[in-house]
Amino acid sequence: MSQTTSADAPARTRRPSGGLDIPKLLLEGRAFIALIVIIVIFSFLSPNYFTVNNLLTMSAHVAVYAILAIGMLLVILNGGIDLSVGSTVGLSGVIAGFLMQGVKLPGMEVTLYPAVWVCAVCALAVGAFVGWVNGMLVAKAGVAPFVATLGTLYVVRGAALLITGGLTYPNLRGDPALGNTGFDLLGFNRILGIPTGVMVMIVIALLGSFLLNRTAFGRWLYASGGNQRAAELSGIPVKKVQIRIYVASGTCAAIAGVIIASELTSANPTAGNSFELTAIAAVVIGGAALSGGRGNIRGTLLGAFVIGFLSDGLVIIGVSEYWQMVFKGAVIVIAVMLNRIEVRSKRIKNAGAPSAPPPGQAGAGPGSSGTPPAVNTAKP
Amino acid sequence: MNEVVLRAQNVTKRYGGTQALKGVDFEVLKGRVTSLFGENGAGKSTLMKILSGIEQPTSGSLELRGEPVEFADTVEARDRGISIIHQELSLSPNLSVRDNIFMGREITGKAGMVDYAAERRIAKELMERLEEPIDPDTKVSDLRLGQQQIVEIARALSVDARILIMDEPTSALSASEVEVLFKVIRDLTAAGVSIVYISHHLEEAIEISDHAVVLRDGLIVAQAEIADVDLDWIVGNMVGRGFDLGSPPSPEHFGEVALRIDQAMVADPANPERLSVNGVSIDVRAGEVVCIYGLMGAGRTELLEALAGRVPLVGGSFTVLGQDISGLNISERIALGLGLVPEDRQRDGLVQTMSVGRNLSLASLGTFLKGLVLSRQEEKDLIQKMIKDVRVKTAGPNAAIGSLSGGNQQKVVIGKMLATNPKVILLDEPSRGIDIGAKSEVFGLLSELAEQGLAVLYSTSEVGECLSIANRVIVLSKGRISAEFDAATTTKEQIMAASGESAVAA
Ligand SMILES: Nc1ncnc2c1ncn2[C@@H]1O[C@H](COP(=O)(O)OP(=O)(O)OP(=O)(O)O)[C@@H](O)[C@H]1O
Ligand SMILES: [Mg+2]
Repeated sequence: MSQTTSADAPARTRRPSGGLDIPKLLLEGRAFIALIVIIVIFSFLSPNYFTVNNLLTMSAHVAVYAILAIGMLLVILNGGIDLSVGSTVGLSGVIAGFLMQGVKLPGMEVTLYPAVWVCAVCALAVGAFVGWVNGMLVAKAGVAPFVATLGTLYVVRGAALLITGGLTYPNLRGDPALGNTGFDLLGFNRILGIPTGVMVMIVIALLGSFLLNRTAFGRWLYASGGNQRAAELSGIPVKKVQIRIYVASGTCAAIAGVIIASELTSANPTAGNSFELTAIAAVVIGGAALSGGRGNIRGTLLGAFVIGFLSDGLVIIGVSEYWQMVFKGAVIVIAVMLNRIEVRSKRIKNAGAPSAPPPGQAGAGPGSSGTPPAVNTAKP
Repeated sequence: MNEVVLRAQNVTKRYGGTQALKGVDFEVLKGRVTSLFGENGAGKSTLMKILSGIEQPTSGSLELRGEPVEFADTVEARDRGISIIHQELSLSPNLSVRDNIFMGREITGKAGMVDYAAERRIAKELMERLEEPIDPDTKVSDLRLGQQQIVEIARALSVDARILIMDEPTSALSASEVEVLFKVIRDLTAAGVSIVYISHHLEEAIEISDHAVVLRDGLIVAQAEIADVDLDWIVGNMVGRGFDLGSPPSPEHFGEVALRIDQAMVADPANPERLSVNGVSIDVRAGEVVCIYGLMGAGRTELLEALAGRVPLVGGSFTVLGQDISGLNISERIALGLGLVPEDRQRDGLVQTMSVGRNLSLASLGTFLKGLVLSRQEEKDLIQKMIKDVRVKTAGPNAAIGSLSGGNQQKVVIGKMLATNPKVILLDEPSRGIDIGAKSEVFGLLSELAEQGLAVLYSTSEVGECLSIANRVIVLSKGRISAEFDAATTTKEQIMAASGESAVAA
């Protein structure tokens, strides 16, 4: 046995848990540093930035990104990508809105007004279905994830527009007389002063952490993203894993869609446009590798906060929309570069490190070994 | 005669907490073959990576023909005439053989266009020189592991290096292919090329070398002219003790037939018209160790992969513990007690993004699942036990899998399957890349487990390994069983003759 160092130990000997630990975050979480820098800068630039109320408002925006990004993380851990989530946000909102407006039963004079929870569940079911289609395309039909989900991106957006005829369903507050009030509770309202979306985000993040760190499914996901052939030969149902993560991603997108519709108390078929890119950005800022097998919930959450706090900050200090885009793009690249530097220096110091970061910790380099990539290690 | 072309002086290399080299003086002699011996993790590959510019030494210096040199990368080293055959293959599977051979050194003609015709011609010549009829346009992913290794060798040869480093070039080659390689090596040395040769097939290394150097724990512990050394000297210096590949389990304890292969037929993955396994029947009883010997392409890997459930049977049947397994998927077969240790550990065995521990526990997650949750304590215990049982040399369960030496990675793959508590274990070339000590440990372990009732079926292309712990040897040739021997009474020559190769390579 070779001995372990003590020098590297603090940064690396860590349990693969999703728990918070400030020194560890400072040491490894470059995204965390980026977040602090953003908060400090905007607090200087605008007195309204660092106030409880604004932080809560911004968190509500972050929540939507974060929920999408957590779903995206699962897919990216598998080495896939889900471009359809933005469209699913739109479609699920529309489904909820459509049901809230009341459904005329064909041939009868009655209009049904489903309860709010029924509307929400139907919207989620549609999101899950879109995910399932993605999963089947990728796992069973062997379509590349990028292509499959690019296809559903268009189809789903088209469906949303078709349902509403391009219009927005306004005023989804419901009517006490019809017994379908309460839709605004899902996003517009606050519970104990905290936006519902933030609560949902916390629940999903905890569930996600649990899933990734403590369950067999989490391990299957990391393994099949790292090396699908090896995972398969170890008895891991790689196809099933693939289908389930797309379903999870679609469901997360639908949750975000319902929250957005509730926040606005209206359902716009174009809601969520280009959100898939924001979600991907959050995941990569959080240190995940697009090649699969590396990434974790904590990093992804941080990534979502970086993007959300930055966008809102730019709005608050009144930067023009065009400059906002430039800044956002620059921050994404810089944040990921910081991650890369970290990985590289780790690799130079020690391509493997005694007690190196377990999968799921920050580190985006494919293959952390110093040896050249071996033949065929890639997923088919 | 003993002109030093490349000299490493007091070279050390630290990887984080691991001191892989602790001050090594190493000389490469002109026109001679220097063999580097050492256990898994002794630092052989690390030293070679430093000589060829892949890694930079933590301290110490290199001297090329008397001049101090520093290589920033492999390209610089290659330009100075140093070329390396990597232990772990480094080909791009999506490209053709030709493209791989000329990767980064494309032959360009007019207007910067690649001269494919010239490249193809040279690639073809190289293949002919290595006596391996591979079409240069074949995609590397369509080649078997051994053929890929030959491409790797061809690429190193194509550089016309003055110093050629071979880090386990033959781990996937059969005896006759090794002979061809040796012929090539002799031609090269006659032309003044210096060779550094690393292999865990010790007899083979002795045969080709002029000079032996033994590395242990990052230090050179012995060196001598090959005429003055024998196997015991090498092994003694390598591990500090004798070794023994173990003995076969005694037939008294054989139980019921645990694995029955009946008229198995498997299609050739590259060419579905052809059968790569054609009507093979083998019974393995509980407690029995059976060895499948065969040349590359004999159908060993295909048979074992079909057993594991990775490729379908086109005819015949498999029965494990009395149950027909044709309808079962891989995980159900593992649950039933049938596990495969695959041949290509990088591609099929390891998840590179996971730690040593998590690779070890990967196939047996179900055994420490408490409801939905994986029990951390039980997992930790299992991992510790497996690290101990298969003797993985690692800084700890959290170490990255890529930080292990090749042999130790192999042990992790074996450990992963043993952790599932199999009743029947299949091993495809289990000793690939592991040192003699580890080999005896692995085979010793297998024969111990067989005594406790495990049925073992393994394949090898090293005859010596057939005879040590196996009760029976089955020779496979072109997809059929060409002979079957009782390991106690047969000889290497008989086995090799049955496989269709001449006995010269013994
Ligand atoms: N990239 C790396 N990061 C951390 N440790 C490493 C790395 N590469 C090698 N090591 C360590 O350095 C030591 C020497 O490894 P090396 O690969 O040189 O062994 P080797 O003699 O080639 O063994 P084998 O016969 O198994 O190929 C081992 O303890 C190994 O774990
Ligand atoms: Mg090595």
